[in-house]
Amino acid sequence: MLAHSVFFYFFSVIAIFSSLMVITSRNTVNSVFFLILDFISVGCLFIMVGAEFLGMIILIVYVGAVAVLFLFVVMMLNVAEQKQSWFIGKKSTHIPIGLIVSVLILLELLVVVGGWKYKDDLMSSSTLNLSDISNTHQLGLVMYTDYILYFQLAGVILLLSMIGAILLTFRQRKGVKKQSYFNQISRNPSSSIELRDVESNKGVKIDD
Amino acid sequence: MMEYLQILGNEVYKILFLIVPILVSVAMIVWLDRRVWGLVQKRKGPNVVGPFGLLQTLADALKYIFKEIIIPASANKTVFILAPIVTMTLALVAWAVIPMSEELVLSDINVGILYLFAVSSLGVYGIIMGGWASNSKYPFLGAIRSAAQMVSYEVSIGIIIINVLLCVGSLNLKDIVLAQKELWYVIPLFPMFVIFFISALAETNRPPFDLPEAEAELVAGYQTEYSGMMYAMFWLGEYANILLMCAMGSILFLGGWLPITDIYPINLVPAPIWMILKILFLFFLFALIKAIVPRYRYDQLMRLGWKIFLPFSLVYLVLTASFLFYFDKLPKGNF
Repeated sequence: MLAHSVFFYFFSVIAIFSSLMVITSRNTVNSVFFLILDFISVGCLFIMVGAEFLGMIILIVYVGAVAVLFLFVVMMLNVAEQKQSWFIGKKSTHIPIGLIVSVLILLELLVVVGGWKYKDDLMSSSTLNLSDISNTHQLGLVMYTDYILYFQLAGVILLLSMIGAILLTFRQRKGVKKQSYFNQISRNPSSSIELRDVESNKGVKIDD
Repeated sequence: MMEYLQILGNEVYKILFLIVPILVSVAMIVWLDRRVWGLVQKRKGPNVVGPFGLLQTLADALKYIFKEIIIPASANKTVFILAPIVTMTLALVAWAVIPMSEELVLSDINVGILYLFAVSSLGVYGIIMGGWASNSKYPFLGAIRSAAQMVSYEVSIGIIIINVLLCVGSLNLKDIVLAQKELWYVIPLFPMFVIFFISALAETNRPPFDLPEAEAELVAGYQTEYSGMMYAMFWLGEYANILLMCAMGSILFLGGWLPITDIYPINLVPAPIWMILKILFLFFLFALIKAIVPRYRYDQLMRLGWKIFLPFSLVYLVLTASFLFYFDKLPKGNF
């Protein structure tokens, strides 16, 4: 058990340290790098408690895709200056809103942690035999049977938010030249080349 | 305490025996790549250093070691130095789960294929970090390009992996190989194999998808500002990643370490040799494609990934699932 606890403290210290660095670091890109480190160490903690599927999914989804897009956006926008002005600027409206949100999250956490001892014993209420089969099989067995509604609802919510995001940023641009592969390939000499006899000193009128 | 140290020593020993062959084979594979490239163009390729020029990469590596490492004055030093290290580490770390035969694997974990997928999707960080930390236009553009490219092609690789997993019923790499004893998945899932191969080209930034380092537009992309050993680490990491993709392809589709047929003289060849032969075959295809295919334009690349590969592999996934369900061939699992 010694090795296990050594690893546990190793990963949790990194997780806590990097999450502190996310909010204190002045450079926004560094914040995102620390966020990634945080995700990775949380994924490792998941793997350590035996939830290897969830741990890997955290690595794939959060670190491999979501954080890349975060980084992408933070690098493209000039957020670094904004972050400075949030704290230094006099007319900052972000701090009250941020405070409200964080107090709400703190309250929610308190409720969850306070209600911890009243929860059902999941291990004993489950119909599955948890010891024999692997983590992934267990998830698969309940995901599409007992919790199909929640699973599908989560999917629908994600789809809706995707459509919403596309709708918000979508703009129809006019006068953009687009390449049509079908038209390109289906061109042949008879439809694109025309032979004309040019009279001397007259020229040819070309229709555009 | 002593026994922990002993376990640790044992593991380090095993890890060294994995990493050293990989580094050597990366060096050899660079030679093979340049050699094939040369032969396609009716040149000889590197043939001077050592027998057949085999030691060319070692000579190159020596040259890189003795070159000066230049860090641009405006670069973010920590991230700049970290980037090649991240690329190299991630490329090597993934090999921990690759089975070379039924027993020959460093760690046989339950979610092996997810681990491979996760590590290969982390590979993009080395490139983004390098491009951003260089604090210069071309590296930054290259990094942004590669980020979009790798994230896009990961999606279709993920769906292709799901296709294979549907037939296997397990995430363990050993189970995936053993499930192909009767029939390699390259036959029933041939379109998926082709798409996997092309996506692997895009994922490793190989030609024709080497837009992050398109020299005509971006000098050398994200590695413009790198020199000496740090450049060499990017370069080795890239080739280790290519080898990894070849290994993944041979495990998912070409039956891993299994021989072509289980008939007497052929099945005497030891399992790791088969695995290596398959990896080499896939790498040979990679090298050929580098030599014969011109570079894609960026919008064509994105179109290919999102509008062709993604829908096609999704439809094929539905087809595979329906086929397996209709003929009652879905894997039952061991529970």
